Amino acid sequence: MKTYTYTEKKDTRSGFGAGLAELGRTNPNVVALCADLIGSLKMDEFIKENPERFFQIGIAEANMMGIAAGLTIGGKIPFTGTFANFSTGRVYDQIRQSIAYSGKNVKICASHAGLTLGEDGATHQILEDIGLMKMLPGMVVINPCDYNQTKAATIAIADYDGPVYLRFGRPSVPIFTPADQKFEIGKAIKFTEGTDVTIVATGHLVWEALEASKALHEAGISAEVINIHTIKPLDDKAILDSVAKTGCIVTAEEHNHLGGLGESVARVLAQHRPTPQEFVATNDTFGESGTPAQLMDKYGLNSEAIQNAVKKVLKRK
Amino acid sequence: MPNIKELTDLTTQVRRDIIRMVHKVNSGHPGGSLGCAEFFVSLYQELMETKDGFDMDGIGEDLFFLSNGHISPVYYSVLARSGYFPVEELNTFRLINTRLQGHPTTHEGLPGIRIASGSLGQGMSVAIGAAQAKKLNNDDHLVYSLHGDGELQEGQNWEAIMYASAKKVDNLISTVDLNQQQIDGSTDDVLPMGSLRAKFEAFGWTVLDIEKGNDIEAVIKGMKEAKSLTGKGKPVCVLLHTVMGNGIDFMMHTHAWHGKAPNDEQLANGLAQNPETLGDY
Ligand SMILES: Cc1ncc(C[n+]2csc(CCOP(=O)(O)OP(=O)(O)O)c2C)c(N)n1
Ligand SMILES: [Mg+2]
Repeated sequence: MKTYTYTEKKDTRSGFGAGLAELGRTNPNVVALCADLIGSLKMDEFIKENPERFFQIGIAEANMMGIAAGLTIGGKIPFTGTFANFSTGRVYDQIRQSIAYSGKNVKICASHAGLTLGEDGATHQILEDIGLMKMLPGMVVINPCDYNQTKAATIAIADYDGPVYLRFGRPSVPIFTPADQKFEIGKAIKFTEGTDVTIVATGHLVWEALEASKALHEAGISAEVINIHTIKPLDDKAILDSVAKTGCIVTAEEHNHLGGLGESVARVLAQHRPTPQEFVATNDTFGESGTPAQLMDKYGLNSEAIQNAVKKVLKRK
Repeated sequence: MPNIKELTDLTTQVRRDIIRMVHKVNSGHPGGSLGCAEFFVSLYQELMETKDGFDMDGIGEDLFFLSNGHISPVYYSVLARSGYFPVEELNTFRLINTRLQGHPTTHEGLPGIRIASGSLGQGMSVAIGAAQAKKLNNDDHLVYSLHGDGELQEGQNWEAIMYASAKKVDNLISTVDLNQQQIDGSTDDVLPMGSLRAKFEAFGWTVLDIEKGNDIEAVIKGMKEAKSLTGKGKPVCVLLHTVMGNGIDFMMHTHAWHGKAPNDEQLANGLAQNPETLGDY
């Protein structure tokens, strides 16, 4: 079995910051906006190098989305930066009407997604954002898994013409994907080949899925781990091809099971190849304060939870 | 009624609570909390008429809503030291399974809290609704609210400000923590807001400045005056001039301590500047 290791941990938001800085150097149409969270979004480098292409909006996310939509009229490629909650729920109708329905080329870049922002608690821990954003017609939804993938995704979405929701996080997580990767929107990545079960994971749960597959391997279970970084458009083929072989699937995400990756996968399976599925996701709940590791444990979003889900789904084959 | 010495001692203890809470979990927001210590102490010890115990509806008592929920440390400390819950519970701030969430919440049932806050800009609308409910109930008690100055950049505030005067919500005193700081810098660096007095007045509010927002006597005097201005057909805005990080010299006057915890050495230094009065939790 192919195994993955890491030598360094970093936060995915820093991958976004690095990607944005690189875009600042290579794409003169890229502009950035922020609502009083420059440091948290790691936008400092872009701002230092391109002060005239940065817009400090103040604490006014609705205004930021509208201004971003307006900046596209004239050929700019706006990247907005704030926390995931304030990037989505806070400004849903502004995104819906001025960006999605109007077909504007805005990149909504959202940090501190999910439970792993930790101590700030439920007011800041959105677990519904994937659902909100994937329901908007035409919206691309991406949740990369480590620093390198987030950097590559940030760079790639500038070349895609249309609205994108890019979701990343605060905690330091292992870097296990290559620095020189080419990011293809909508293309799943197979990390391990397996025959007993498919594990489809997104964001911070991808590393946990790889850890789970190692432990499962030792227990004689062969898991195929697929990274779905793009929840919409979903790589139906990669999922269907894998379950054709394994006959069961576990989905894993740092999100509510209602509206998340798991439901998107379930729709594809229901339509094309009904398959037993288990969900590693939060169970229709808000989060709370705590350390990221405590929260991932309490809400069942780690390697152990994935292993348990695998054992459960295997029995349903 | 407590005397000024007692209130000053309590304020010093609250400052200790704030930095100890934030230090323990290496997260939270000391800057705005410290700047509002005198305001909270005045509110809960001197100004608000409250009943014993806590019930959500708060009929027959004054209510307070914290819109800038990130300054939960000062809120929790003053609530605890005003008898809403055991002072020892401050030990659990931001820990897993706590009632003292990073930002105030009703979800965990902490006595004293009537609405979740943390996502900025929503508290004034809630305070207005509660004030209108009081009118419907023929309850002549007041509703107080607190807002950050940076927070006023959120547009919802201005919808609320417009509404409150149009609908003559004159049982409401909304205070702005005018510390002139937010996360990315001073409010003037991030998004200058010009004269808040002129803006509130243009929107039909009665406005009162408390220039010495970290002087407990000045705060009490100013808030009593604000109280005397209620019931006259207009909502009342208090512009409370405070210093972010007040009472701990290296934290003062800078946005740097908006949301950063002190390390061990800085904690010791801050505590030395605020000797124990009522006893640490
Ligand atoms: C809707 C929303 N946007 C952004 C944030 C992140 N945030 C938390 S506090 C803060 C700055 C608030 O400034 P101010 O109201 O002046 O409070 P102070 O820094 O003075 O305590 C920001 C941007 C938030 N909590 N809610
Ligand atoms: Mg401020």
